[in-house]
Amino acid sequence: MGKEMTGASSLVKSLEAAGVDVMFGIPGGAILPAYDPIFDSSIRHILVRHEQGAGHAAEGYAQATGRVGVCIVTSGPGATNLVTALANAQMDSVPMVAITGQVPSAAIGTDAFQEADIRGITMPITKHNYLITDPADIPRAIAEAFHIASTGRPGPVLVDIAKDALQKMTTFKYPSEIHLAGYKPQVEPEDEAIRDAAVLIAQSEKPVLYVGGGVIKANASKELMRLAELMGAPVVTTLMARGAFPDSHHLHLGMPGMHGTVAAVTALQKADLLVTLGARFDDRVTGKLSSFAVNAKVIHADIDPAEIGKNRYADVAVIGDLLHTLNALIPAVQKEFKKSKPDLTTWWRQMSSLRATYPLGYTKPEDGSLSPQFVIERIGAISGPDSIYVAGVGQHQMWASQFVKYEKPRTWLNSGGLGTMGYAVPAAMGAKVGMPDTTVWAIDGDGCFQMTNQELVTCALNNIPIKVAIINNESLGMVRQWQTMFYEGRYSNTSLQSKFIPDFVKLADAMGCAGLRCERPEDVDAVIKEAMSINDQPVVVDFRVFKDAMVWPMVAAGSSNDEIMIARGLAPDWDSQEL
Amino acid sequence: MSKHTLAVLVENSPGVLARVASLFSRRAYNIDSLAVGPTENPDISRMTIVLNLEGHVLDQVMAQVYKLVNVIAVSEMPTDSTVHRELLLVKVATTKIDEVLEIVLRFGAKVVDEDEQTVTIECTAESVHIEALLKALTPYGVKELVQSGLVALERGTAALSDRTLSAQGISTLHEISTQADYQN
Repeated sequence: MGKEMTGASSLVKSLEAAGVDVMFGIPGGAILPAYDPIFDSSIRHILVRHEQGAGHAAEGYAQATGRVGVCIVTSGPGATNLVTALANAQMDSVPMVAITGQVPSAAIGTDAFQEADIRGITMPITKHNYLITDPADIPRAIAEAFHIASTGRPGPVLVDIAKDALQKMTTFKYPSEIHLAGYKPQVEPEDEAIRDAAVLIAQSEKPVLYVGGGVIKANASKELMRLAELMGAPVVTTLMARGAFPDSHHLHLGMPGMHGTVAAVTALQKADLLVTLGARFDDRVTGKLSSFAVNAKVIHADIDPAEIGKNRYADVAVIGDLLHTLNALIPAVQKEFKKSKPDLTTWWRQMSSLRATYPLGYTKPEDGSLSPQFVIERIGAISGPDSIYVAGVGQHQMWASQFVKYEKPRTWLNSGGLGTMGYAVPAAMGAKVGMPDTTVWAIDGDGCFQMTNQELVTCALNNIPIKVAIINNESLGMVRQWQTMFYEGRYSNTSLQSKFIPDFVKLADAMGCAGLRCERPEDVDAVIKEAMSINDQPVVVDFRVFKDAMVWPMVAAGSSNDEIMIARGLAPDWDSQEL
Repeated sequence: MSKHTLAVLVENSPGVLARVASLFSRRAYNIDSLAVGPTENPDISRMTIVLNLEGHVLDQVMAQVYKLVNVIAVSEMPTDSTVHRELLLVKVATTKIDEVLEIVLRFGAKVVDEDEQTVTIECTAESVHIEALLKALTPYGVKELVQSGLVALERGTAALSDRTLSAQGISTLHEISTQADYQN
């Protein structure tokens, strides 16, 4: 028999039963009944400054720990402020449960104060969502929400609860089993698909392991390593997969895509087989789709059947959890290799030559000012591969992906699919809450930082000592780069003047953080070390960098990956390459 | 482009029609018609969706629809062994009642209402038959008409639950597309 209590208490008991240890939120009218039992709960509630921050913090927590991130907000504007974070979590497959208050059920549909149809609004940007008007449905909805968010292809689930459902009395009984007629993710791959994949691998003389974020979600990095070493094949890790395979490993060619390495981009282009693991042929990876990897057969392994054939035809589709898929694939490949193992010597000679000829690099500004790439490279080198790095979106994000060396999964967090400026600070906050003993760096742009920096107040008040490196080029740098390249240097509305206003050091100070500034290359290491030494409060470093630095290499949007440029107007010297 | 008829079993829960409709809208799949109603199981509704699209897009549509948590089963109805029906109600304003009644008889339709100026006709048939009836009636003056979406049921003992996407194993679904479908 269940216990009599309010719907609100039933909600909090359900969250406790789901194993929630922390949630990020802001109370308001419709959700207010839930905040009373939250006051007594074992769950830590972190009061944020903006609901978007609650959403990104839940994402950062989830990305860093692998557990479901939770946020809780009120109806209407509270709920609509979550929309960006939900869309972000949907695009990047982040397990997250969002609880929203709703106006009382009798008022739904009357345009009541703070009413918004958040279930309707978030249908296309959540994995699933609920509107609960009967308190008896609360435990089941919460249990299902956590199950759906964390299994299959992870994603955000929103549970909207009418205020009267929180106020009414009900009995609490958390379901021990969940049965969803229409939701049965296929975990085990089919034997036939594994056999077919192994046969293709054993026939391939130019294979590439095209690794996406799914490998990290599936906690399958060790298994990926075993397959890569078994095949001896080149590995590329997408923006969402940085850290899934160590950057220091000799098989790693780096990141593919619009700002990928020449070796990684070319490996995909020239391959005869793509072993695609938890990746989705995003346009930022493929460039012009019809000219992408034209001679390659494709093995596409993913837990989401809807990704198969969405953008690129798959010769072999392997539906399943990547951990199970890799564990099945490794012995199957071993068996095929006993019959014949392809010789990858020629393939590696080509790839090694590209890797050696076109390493990632940057030129230092001629005027002696600070190079943004250098700053990011030094942060990575000094803080090391055990730290977590969280980026916003833009040039600094690409440089953080390129110049920090990742050795472990869940050490690189960013907004990949949606490209959400403002992700870094709140997501870093969530990551630090989930991993309190790990150093967490937000590597942010001055544009991004000004979208969500208010969460530093939350960090300062709640003992969440993150470190923020503002790569301050006083502009919307990536947009400016495109204006330089494609709009004849007409810099329409990309100058933020952030070296003038605001004063980031004073702003940091005002928000209870340590504020540091660095303008000269020779000071970089000392400032980073000083930031590393401050652990009793958040730190913000205003790195004032060269404004005209650009992200290279680059494949222009909509162009073929064959048209990769290593610097402005400079293509790789293909004639000197044996391809 | 070709016509495809999908049968979709969904949980009878609030918002499920909006979820399916939202998915089609968001991914820019055009629906020719959509009919929804109860089934032999009170917890389950059935949608019949008619689409006009390329074969390899159909795989994608089916996989995306199946991905919705409230969707239990998706199947393309085989054209050669399926009964398709649409319902037409049409009000004809005419003085030549006898000629109209002759057409009604010829098409196997029936009169459901009649007054001095109009005759209201019901016809349940395949789309082509309904189109032909409408063509025949148009010269007499169609005052108003309403049509249902198409509904479809497989002939013989086969039932949707026997041949759903989940029962087939989704990874085999893809075999109906070929690489040539993706060349553009």
